[in-house]
Amino acid sequence: MADIFERVKKIIVDRLDVEEEKITMEASFKDDLGADSLDIVELVMELEDEFDMEIDDEDAEKISTVGDAVEYIKSHQ
Amino acid sequence: MLNSKVAIVTGASRGIGKEIALTLAESGANVVINYVGNQERAEEVARQIREMGREALVIQADVSDSKQVDNLISTALSHFGKVDILVNNAGITRDNLIMRMKEEDWDKVIATNLKSVFLLSKAISRPMMKQRYGRIINISSVVGVLGNPGQANYVAAKSGVIGLTKTLARELATRGITVNAVAPGYIETDMTTNLSEDVKSKLLDQIPLARLGTPKDVANVVKFLVSDQASYMTGQVLHVDGGMVM
Repeated sequence: MADIFERVKKIIVDRLDVEEEKITMEASFKDDLGADSLDIVELVMELEDEFDMEIDDEDAEKISTVGDAVEYIKSHQ
Repeated sequence: MLNSKVAIVTGASRGIGKEIALTLAESGANVVINYVGNQERAEEVARQIREMGREALVIQADVSDSKQVDNLISTALSHFGKVDILVNNAGITRDNLIMRMKEEDWDKVIATNLKSVFLLSKAISRPMMKQRYGRIINISSVVGVLGNPGQANYVAAKSGVIGLTKTLARELATRGITVNAVAPGYIETDMTTNLSEDVKSKLLDQIPLARLGTPKDVANVVKFLVSDQASYMTGQVLHVDGGMVM
């Protein structure tokens, strides 16, 4: 779990250019991390590559916080 | 100018699509030649491209079918490793006055000329976003701007292509992808050779430059739009019609 969070965090830092301490499980991509809708699509694409999985568009739309992403990856690995 | 770029051209076995494929290859691009019906003609285009020392890959696909489109894109990506340029050119006509137009003729033209642009752009947007580079060119038509009796389906599709072009341009701009349309007027191709002399002479009256265009006239503008010279242009419609629309 912690490992997944660290890997997700690294991708977010690279992609959104935000400070590490802002990235908590509760942080919303849109409201707290300044991501627009295209950024979120790209984050999902990178998470798919990083964790070698496919995330359905419908599921991807439900991912709004860092915790959502970590939980999704954990339950689908 | 386009050295080491990879381009997909749909409907590239003849007419404007064939000329676009050859012209991009002349400029240095490797080209994926998509066709649906005539494999021999598609292979002939590929042969001409290989003679220039470029790579050509022939892929059959009905571009109105999402599965075949996904296969087209994934085959191109696995062969070349990337796609830089997409030219949505494939198109058909099923002309009739609205009261005589069959529903299936409406559906078929919208699917082949408009839905295809959606499907291909959707499938290519992800790899283009990842590489932070892409050029999408959609072939519209002068009638998509002016309207034309007997072509409700074709005009609706070609007009739709313009709206789609502008929306994709806005959605993808921040990722280094430009999306532009080219709107040909009356061009000498199989699509226009069947027009009667009477219709042709009436057409010429509407064209300030007083001649039909050639596929090369269109291909040259596409070549410009996919080059770095046009890197600050997106969401535009370039008219190649001898001055019909001003």
